Amino acid sequence: MTATVGQEQAAARANDVWKVYGSGEAQVAALRGVSAEFERGRFTAIMGPSGSGKSTLMHCLAGLDTVTKGTVMIGDTTVTGLNDAGLTKLRRDKVGFIFQQFNLLPTLTAQENILLPLSIAGRKPDPAWYDVVIDTVGLRDRLGHRPAQLSGGQQQRVACARALVARPEVIFADEPTGNLDSRSGAEVLKFLRNSVREHGQTIVMVTHDPTAAAYADRVVFLADGQIVSELIEPTAETVLDTMKKLDAPVEVGN
Amino acid sequence: MLRATLKSLLARKLRLLLSGLAVVLGVMFVSGAFVLTDTLGRSFDAVFADAYAEVDVSVEAKPKIDVSTAEGMPLSTPMPASVLDRVKAVPGVADAAGVVAAEGARMIGSNGKVVTSFGPPQLGQNWLGESDLLELREGRGPQADDEIVINAALAEAGKVKVGDRVGVLTLAPKKEFTLVGVFGYSGGRDSIGGANEVYFTTPVAQQLMLGKPDVFSNISVQAADGTTPAALRDELARTLGADYQVKTGEQLAADASAGLKEGLSFFNKILLGFAAVALLVGTFLILNTFSIIVAQRTRELALMRAIGASGKQVIGSVVLEALAVGLIASVLGLAAGIGVGALLAYLFGQLAGGLTLAGLGVPASAVFGAFAVGMLITVVAALLPALRASRIPPIAAMQDVATPDRPLTKVTIGGAVVTGIGAVLLFLGLGGHAGDSTLATILGGVLFAFIGVALLTPIISRPVVSLLGAMFSWSVPGKLGRLNSGRNPRRTAITAAALMVGIALVTGVTVILDSAKGSIGALAEDTIKAELVISGSTSGPRPASFDPAVLEKAAAIPGVQMVDGEYGDMAVVGGQRTWVAVSSNVAALQQIFGAKAAAGDISKLAPDQMLVSSDTAKARNLSVGSTVPVQLSRGDARTYTVSGIYESSQLTNPVTLPPQAAADFAIPQPIQGFLQLAPGTSVDAVQPQIERLLADSPEVSVADRAGFIEQQTGQLDSLLQMIQILLALAIVIAVLGIINTLALSVLERTRELGLLRAIGLRRAQTMRMITVEAVVISIFGALLGVVVGTGLGAAVVEALKDEGITDLILPWGQMVTFLILAAIIGVVAAVLPAIRAARINVLGAIAHD
Ligand SMILES: Nc1ncnc2c1ncn2[C@@H]1O[C@H](COP(=O)(O)OP(=O)(O)OP(=O)(O)O)[C@@H](O)[C@H]1O
Ligand SMILES: [Mg+2]
Repeated sequence: MTATVGQEQAAARANDVWKVYGSGEAQVAALRGVSAEFERGRFTAIMGPSGSGKSTLMHCLAGLDTVTKGTVMIGDTTVTGLNDAGLTKLRRDKVGFIFQQFNLLPTLTAQENILLPLSIAGRKPDPAWYDVVIDTVGLRDRLGHRPAQLSGGQQQRVACARALVARPEVIFADEPTGNLDSRSGAEVLKFLRNSVREHGQTIVMVTHDPTAAAYADRVVFLADGQIVSELIEPTAETVLDTMKKLDAPVEVGN
Repeated sequence: MLRATLKSLLARKLRLLLSGLAVVLGVMFVSGAFVLTDTLGRSFDAVFADAYAEVDVSVEAKPKIDVSTAEGMPLSTPMPASVLDRVKAVPGVADAAGVVAAEGARMIGSNGKVVTSFGPPQLGQNWLGESDLLELREGRGPQADDEIVINAALAEAGKVKVGDRVGVLTLAPKKEFTLVGVFGYSGGRDSIGGANEVYFTTPVAQQLMLGKPDVFSNISVQAADGTTPAALRDELARTLGADYQVKTGEQLAADASAGLKEGLSFFNKILLGFAAVALLVGTFLILNTFSIIVAQRTRELALMRAIGASGKQVIGSVVLEALAVGLIASVLGLAAGIGVGALLAYLFGQLAGGLTLAGLGVPASAVFGAFAVGMLITVVAALLPALRASRIPPIAAMQDVATPDRPLTKVTIGGAVVTGIGAVLLFLGLGGHAGDSTLATILGGVLFAFIGVALLTPIISRPVVSLLGAMFSWSVPGKLGRLNSGRNPRRTAITAAALMVGIALVTGVTVILDSAKGSIGALAEDTIKAELVISGSTSGPRPASFDPAVLEKAAAIPGVQMVDGEYGDMAVVGGQRTWVAVSSNVAALQQIFGAKAAAGDISKLAPDQMLVSSDTAKARNLSVGSTVPVQLSRGDARTYTVSGIYESSQLTNPVTLPPQAAADFAIPQPIQGFLQLAPGTSVDAVQPQIERLLADSPEVSVADRAGFIEQQTGQLDSLLQMIQILLALAIVIAVLGIINTLALSVLERTRELGLLRAIGLRRAQTMRMITVEAVVISIFGALLGVVVGTGLGAAVVEALKDEGITDLILPWGQMVTFLILAAIIGVVAAVLPAIRAARINVLGAIAHD
């Protein structure tokens, strides 16, 4: 099935994407003809059972992994077929990442970590936007600290700020709250939602947690490498319901 | 990006410094060599500028034979005393003095031994009185024929004082003189440039140093006021004609200094050679360190890529890190090099009899060389890891991608190709097909061979390491250690390869020198039919010689059947510079040295006849009856007729002249003497009698054949020792490499080690595990080194077959020693990393992310 919302141009788009790992006997089709659009200024969650292809879909969308078949677009850029230089430029200009393991550089301070993508691209931060980001993540008094001196939640907020500061077309987050307790997780999720509501950021987030998914504007459900369901304006309960139905042997349409 | 790179660099400073140490040492040798040369060079300049300060112009007859410093002191041709009057008559000459100054006045010290010199000349001169430069410290100048004065440094070295009777060896055998004065130089100096000087009265100096009365070796001229030295030089050159060389004092100083500097360049090359070895080993270490660092930083680098760093930026960050390490290593190496250069210059100055050193000089070449070498090597070594780093996919930031075991096919093929190139270069170089660039070709071959084998090492390491490791598999820690050393074949291989280089060089040199020693010994044993040999060991540029009268007296001793004295000199034979020899007893060629006639009669020589070797005959197209003009160091050119040709062998000289010719050699005294005893004569009975004959020739001694062989090969032994000590340095660097690799892999395996400890591995067992890993790696390296070294050594020996190294002698004892040494090295190298591993906090390690 195809998940499409709205007529406005999408921030990211997958068009009949197939991803096959390995060959011969060991062949695994992680994605089987996924088509999806993630429109601008919205917060989309991707859910599904373990091994359903969530991470794979995200990697393909972000141009971190190549697709076996189909095309991927970020904004008006066709990702499929880009060479290394093109992919590098894409990551600089259009894509931000938030990882489950935070992935901060231990030798740099929080501030340096936040500004790293800009300094790699050789760009100056927009001071007004930088202030907004720092205030939104609420880390102003922690900027000089190193990751080891920060709690997990604070580290993840630093990672969020790092993704936001370059104002990418779309931010991909793979289980950003997976390593956090519920309170820190809630803080991070609120912050992500705010950046969508207030600043028009586009976010695509993979998660296992129905409560986390409830922060999103829309949830896309994957099973066995295919999009099987979708929820708009989800709540924890509707997400849980849908997941229960997915676990049931009967395939559920929307 | 820059800041991120520098910060991560600082976080690993110790590790990088350890690998940078090899570069520090290499740079130290490079800059030390330049500092030494510069400092000594300027010291020589200053000394000689001073020594020739009072000479405006000097007149000298053209030498008959051009002799380079490597072959000995140039011998100026004596000129008749009448030239002095001609010089004095030239307008613009204020004063002129006839000078006798020649190398070869060897004073016998109070201990009965000749005061030797390690390079500076031993001059015999005529006393012309004190001057601004030269001042008597004690006594007076020589007035009678048996009086001499000497410089203070020589007096001290020989422990003689005014009033003593002292023996001096010159062109003539030992003569006794009364020491009537000791002099020094202005500024309280005891010598100039370490030279030993003996002053005689003019007639004695002429006779003993130049061999003739009424001759001078040069004329020192003072210019009249208003005449410049250069103008006077030109005027004198015009008046005296082409037979004379006229030079200003400045030119003489520059020439004298240049001669010594040329000698220095040899020393320089040795230092640069060791720099090359240190840097080669260092390259392996840096390559390894950066590979490990890149592997450890996979996630970090992938993250960089994920948030927008380009492949080039990743390469840039690794290269930048290398540049920083290279820069720091260069700075440290330069500082150490300046220290080493200063120290060596000081030692050299002491050895040269108190050479006054000019201020320490750090030439631009030292600074430039240090930074160029240090930074270039580091960056080149880091290039491969940098490329690998740039290929890390950004997706690696998201997942724990175990770096797949990359196949070794490419490395192995590359290694085989590089080894092949090395072998071809060695074949060309050693086989003499490379012409002028033989040395470069051989060195290139060795370099390629090392790199090639290093590339092949990973594939070799699998079977060999598991075999070696099997020895330790009886205990769990041993087994774990063995598995660890086989875990990353590339890393094990490069670490072992660094050790291989050092051990291979030592083994190779040992094989070559042992083979040379064995071959020389065997040759002497088989061919020289002399029971007693008179010879001296040479420490300075001038070979030891002895009184020719000893030969006649020895021949008269009952039981002595044949005596031969060997003389040698560089001469111009048929227009070409050629080594010529004289055997006092031509018959000895056949009877003592086993020469075989190829044509004509080689058993006797008339005064105008010469013998040549078959090689010389072939090269110069000579046959019996050919006539050849020969110019010796002294006297006029003469024409000799070839009366016989002997087959070339190790013991034959290119040209043999009749005994009469020896009088015109630079050293008209025999350098070696060979005595053949009648059958049944006891060597022990004759030897003491010869010793007595040699009482007045303290430079030489008599030995039986075994003693002689030992004496001849003993020099090789000390050469071998010197090389081994210096190459030990390469091994020390390699040990640092092993420590580094182990320390890094301990760090890398913190979690795993913590886990092992958590499930019950004891501290001691942890340490044992690390030690086994180290021992396996270092024995593997040593094994490779022994094999490669033996191969290289054998190749060289094979190539030198024609030069007389006929026997390949493998130093089995040494090889076993190296392997045992390697095991010890492994244990030593493991100490620190093992302690570190044992100290790992179990809880912390497991919680460690
Ligand atoms: N590099 C790979 N090689 C082979 N198969 C892979 C690879 N990466 C993922 N797969 C397979 O693809 C399928 C989808 O994996 P993916 O990581 O996308 O799942 P997921 O939905 O993110 O699961 P989880 O919730 O556990 O993270 C799985 O069956 C997995 O085994
Ligand atoms: Mg996943």
